[in-house]
Amino acid sequence: MDTSANKDRAVLPESTVRVDLRINGRNYVLPDIWIGENLLYVLRERLGLPGSKNACEQGECGSCSVLVDGVLVCACLVPAADASGREITTVEGLGRTLADPADSSGKHQEVQEEELTQQEEGVQELSGPAMIASSIPMPQLQDISVTDGMSFEGVLSRMHPVQQAFVMTGAIQCGFCTPGLVVAIADLLNHNPHPSSLQVREAISGNLCRCTGYGRIFAAVRRAEELLAGTA
Amino acid sequence: MPPMPSVPPMPPMPSVPLAPGTTREGGWQESSGPAGFSGPFATSGLIGSSVIRPDAVDKARGDFAFSSDLWAEGMLWGKVLRSPYPSARILSIDTARAQQMSGVMAVLTWADLPGDQVFGLEAKDQPVFAHDMVRYSGEPIAAVAATHPELARQAADAIVVDFEPGPPLVDPDEALSAPAIHEEGNVFRHIALRHGDIEAEGDVVVEGTYEVGMQDQAFMGPESGLAIPSSDGSVDLYISTQWLHVDRDQVAACLGLPPELVRLHLAGVGGAFGAREDITIQVQLCLLALRTRRPVKMVFSRAESFLGHVHRHPARMWYRHHARRDGTLVKVEARIVLDGGAYMSSSAAVIANATCFAAGPYRVPSAAVDGFAVRTNNPPCGAMRGFGAVQVCFAYESQMDRLADALQMDPIELRLKNAICPTDRLITGQVVGGTAPVAEVIRAAAEAPLPEPASGDLLELPGGAGRCAEYDKVVRGTGFAVGFKNLLYSEGFDDFSTARCRLDGDMATITCAAAEVGQGFVTLARQVATETLGVTKVRILSGDTNEIGSAGSTSASRQSWMSGGAVLEACKAVADRILSMAADTLQVRPETLRLSGGHVVSGDGIPLISLDDLTRGKPVEESVVFHHRPTDPLDSEGQGNAHVSFAFVAHKAVVDVDVELGLVRVVQLSTAQDVGKVLNPLQLLGQIEGGTLQGVGLAVMEELLVADGIVQNPSFTDYLIPTALDAPDIVVARLVEEPDPLAPFGAKGAGEMPAISSTPAVVSAIRDATGLALSRVPVRPQDIANG
Amino acid sequence: MSISLCSMATISGIARPVSLEGVLDVLDEDPATQVLAGGTDFMVEVNYGHRKPQSIVALSRVAGMRTWQVVEDHLVIGAGVTYSRLMKEQLAGLVPGLAQAARTVGSPQIRNAGTIGGNLGTASPAGDSLPILLALDALVNIRSKHSSRSLRVDEYVIGPKKHALQPGEIIVSVRIPLSDTSQEFLKVGTRNAMVISVAGLALVVDWRLGRVGCGLGSVGPTPIRASEAEAWLAGIIDWEERRIPDRDGYGQEFGRLVARAASPIDDHRSSAAYRSHALSVCGKRAYERICRQRRQVSPGIVDGA
Repeated sequence: MDTSANKDRAVLPESTVRVDLRINGRNYVLPDIWIGENLLYVLRERLGLPGSKNACEQGECGSCSVLVDGVLVCACLVPAADASGREITTVEGLGRTLADPADSSGKHQEVQEEELTQQEEGVQELSGPAMIASSIPMPQLQDISVTDGMSFEGVLSRMHPVQQAFVMTGAIQCGFCTPGLVVAIADLLNHNPHPSSLQVREAISGNLCRCTGYGRIFAAVRRAEELLAGTA
Repeated sequence: MPPMPSVPPMPPMPSVPLAPGTTREGGWQESSGPAGFSGPFATSGLIGSSVIRPDAVDKARGDFAFSSDLWAEGMLWGKVLRSPYPSARILSIDTARAQQMSGVMAVLTWADLPGDQVFGLEAKDQPVFAHDMVRYSGEPIAAVAATHPELARQAADAIVVDFEPGPPLVDPDEALSAPAIHEEGNVFRHIALRHGDIEAEGDVVVEGTYEVGMQDQAFMGPESGLAIPSSDGSVDLYISTQWLHVDRDQVAACLGLPPELVRLHLAGVGGAFGAREDITIQVQLCLLALRTRRPVKMVFSRAESFLGHVHRHPARMWYRHHARRDGTLVKVEARIVLDGGAYMSSSAAVIANATCFAAGPYRVPSAAVDGFAVRTNNPPCGAMRGFGAVQVCFAYESQMDRLADALQMDPIELRLKNAICPTDRLITGQVVGGTAPVAEVIRAAAEAPLPEPASGDLLELPGGAGRCAEYDKVVRGTGFAVGFKNLLYSEGFDDFSTARCRLDGDMATITCAAAEVGQGFVTLARQVATETLGVTKVRILSGDTNEIGSAGSTSASRQSWMSGGAVLEACKAVADRILSMAADTLQVRPETLRLSGGHVVSGDGIPLISLDDLTRGKPVEESVVFHHRPTDPLDSEGQGNAHVSFAFVAHKAVVDVDVELGLVRVVQLSTAQDVGKVLNPLQLLGQIEGGTLQGVGLAVMEELLVADGIVQNPSFTDYLIPTALDAPDIVVARLVEEPDPLAPFGAKGAGEMPAISSTPAVVSAIRDATGLALSRVPVRPQDIANG
Repeated sequence: MSISLCSMATISGIARPVSLEGVLDVLDEDPATQVLAGGTDFMVEVNYGHRKPQSIVALSRVAGMRTWQVVEDHLVIGAGVTYSRLMKEQLAGLVPGLAQAARTVGSPQIRNAGTIGGNLGTASPAGDSLPILLALDALVNIRSKHSSRSLRVDEYVIGPKKHALQPGEIIVSVRIPLSDTSQEFLKVGTRNAMVISVAGLALVVDWRLGRVGCGLGSVGPTPIRASEAEAWLAGIIDWEERRIPDRDGYGQEFGRLVARAASPIDDHRSSAAYRSHALSVCGKRAYERICRQRRQVSPGIVDGA
């Protein structure tokens, strides 16, 4: 592997740029990314934020929906290099915008500057999966009460009302479209707290779901509407 | 022992508990009574209630790790080079330039494959990498690993392949007589089904030809996975799939490794619908990882996903129905040709289904059906939700409407008159048996109330956001269809599932390799464990292929029955042992005890010993292999008891059609379904709504277009699936609960049925609105407007 | 923070100027630089490996290009105005046809990112805003560091995804005459949302100037003006009374003439025959809708937020 370790340091033939991103209230510096990299790739593969999903990478499914400066867009169509200095909110940060029940002061999280470098250290020779097992996020199929050691209600209360509604109404099957839909619906209800049925359909017409037939998703919107209005 | 007639899959109770980890055989057992779940372990109402998915919270937060979310230190990116030609000789493959590119760690072709060159579910006829021939556009030729996905793409582009293209064989009818394009021939399977008096003639005869286009599963989570090599030459593959063990067997054979050195782990699956039954990237990923000795990740683009997995078989079907003047069916003749594409996949089983169910859920005394699945240079086709039953349902239900027309008879009445009963025979000669509430589902769906007229908002009319509709040009139509399908595997396949239950204190751990693809098996397994063991702390693990035996495929509407059954048996075996232990301690008979609220309780519910006291630190574990009733192969005339059980479904569709523009908006679908027993109402509703919408998609928009062997629309821009503005209101008119005597809990699989009769119901409604014959799906605007 | 440009002859990287002049400087230095005006078309090509950008100049921080204003009897819409903004009340009131077209573009996410300048930049025959811009007699305002000019849309789009921009030039805005107009836009697609147009039609009747504009999309290599249909309609309108004759057969005839202007093809999205047919239906319906509007009868169109 000696030769390939050298080859590994190769950069892409195309241009690379430095990017400063502010995501979910935290700052990130990426010193050297390919100019063609989209925000979705950077979130998922460079910053450890895989919540936004990669279903089509052509803006035709909505699975990667994020908010950039408060505007709902497909992260796959945002060049990461053009996202510098803009406020990005992903599904991982959606609950953050709410007052944390554990911290009633509701203060903004302290910003941490993280210098991220990728693929610059020498490559480690691997001896077996045990060495890197800790770095693999495994599907978590456990019971909620086992996972978190807290009550189901406690877990829910730390989620955005749209996320809570998705859990409670059966709006989730495979779940691949869920993060994008959650972001899109949170955005909808933020602008229009009581949308008509047609307004809901139009607002999520850019988010494809192949499992649910949308029925339970419509139900989730109503549930979220009630939760946000405090009438649930 | 108290009587337990209602728990059919109970294995013979051993008098002495087995040691932990002992595997015993469980499974089917004929039963005299209905199979509602009761008995000594029924401690709560969780079966039958809308338990929330255990993975819902993680999925809603974006924390659930799908196969495309995996990451490992030092990871490389894989990429596959595919053939642009549907039929070509490969003269040479030059990888030199790609090999030399900076950041490229491996470029592999057929010559690098240590084991079998070919794989396949039913026949090993599909190359991992094309060698001297490519037989479809999209066939893999080489695989690359590089440090960045863009580099991997550039390296794949840098491979030079010298092709000698030939004329592709793309017409399935021509394939029957054309020179073979593969050493195994062009006919995957021909079933010549003959039943009853094939000379019989009806007073009224209707004839028609029908076509179904190529539908794609179009799940949202693209094919992806991560392979991690070990220094001992073994490999771990984290993968989204429908069946870990059959993947493992195929991958190990191609890698030339013993199966135990290839460990497959289920990574989060973003939908499947049949497309993940065949392997797609598994061998390439493992090979790249073993060669580079580094973790390799691969994620298909949407375009690759459309090229890289099998599709629903396009079908051409000729039908002739014979009936008496009173509407009684006399005979059905049919010729069904399914285009299987370049390689076999599951074509043989799909054509068996299409042929067996060709006459629909009706009493048909005589039938002559010829079913062909053929090889062409089109993309390979295989499993998709409904598996052969979808195509023929469109044809036979179109025929039933046509027959009703010819008889001047109400189409519902015609269907009711011929509805099959448990004592009737299918055209395969098999007695339906079990439960068959066909008339019930027909009546319930037919009687469902009709929706309000459209509001007039253009968004709600055909054409939607394009605002091209004119309210007074929109015609409403209603249509109806009924369908059915087998549950579980057929034709003598020895189908089983394996599950392990371990109880440690008040925590149960269920290990079962059943692939959770979104359908909700993990919820059901938890419900079963909670109900059986009286505990609420339940962990569901899928294990890897070395940790647990096969659970079979998440397909054929089989996991609730098969793996649900396996989990039930494993939990019951653990419960038995605990009750025996408690009985010994308490000096009472075990039959007087049951499990509830984390305790062994008395018959009247008084806690006697906690599970904590009984099992903490000395866990009780049982493994079970669960089988269903054996079936027989079909004989040379397509006759035999080939299927385990059947489920039935009906849809009534209401559509608005802009006749001038040929645009359709499906307004409402009301459905009734034979479900045996409802295990989780919310999850069942999700299956019904989702499956129904896939049927709507096939009816009015979904088709992978293939021209001269080349897919024209491999993208979500042009392969259209319904959006929220296209989705009709889906109304469950009735869930018929007649427990299947063979099934655990009496529950029939429910996943596929909604996708079967929804398509013909929608087309029937469009015919009602337009008066057109419409013999092909999807119905395109030009079929109506220029029709 | 923006990435500063290196001073080499060929720019490498991304420039994110805050002024139009900054953009023009970049393009002057390296005319091959890709202009990023939303990215909803461009990034699809990058994501699928069809384009390998060396250098990009982004318009996202040029505030002046994201605004619109009424200048005398014209509306000037900056190239960076998104479809979502075109749909909003004020602009929708000025150019309802453009708002209707914008609402049919892609999905909410695409409409939030994609811009009118980007739609022109891609110059696709299926670009949803192009037929209405044609029908409105809009001008495309073009600048380079050293020049400025304006082109009609049919001068600007010169072939399938081909436009008349010279190296160093950029679209800065679109100029639309404001008048007393009736406007209609109809788009046919095989899905009720998020669909590429199979055929699109925009009709504008300018009551003040006595002018008819009709633009067609997805029925030829470029957006097409249905000149013969325009002339026929202009000929039957009573401009003095500002009335459009609502007579049997007129809508049909207009639709027939509209379809005659098209040169559609068979492709995977539809057939030439259907496209022609759909155009004639859309032409008839657009005509009838404008008749209804003139009769002050509610056309039954509910416009959402």
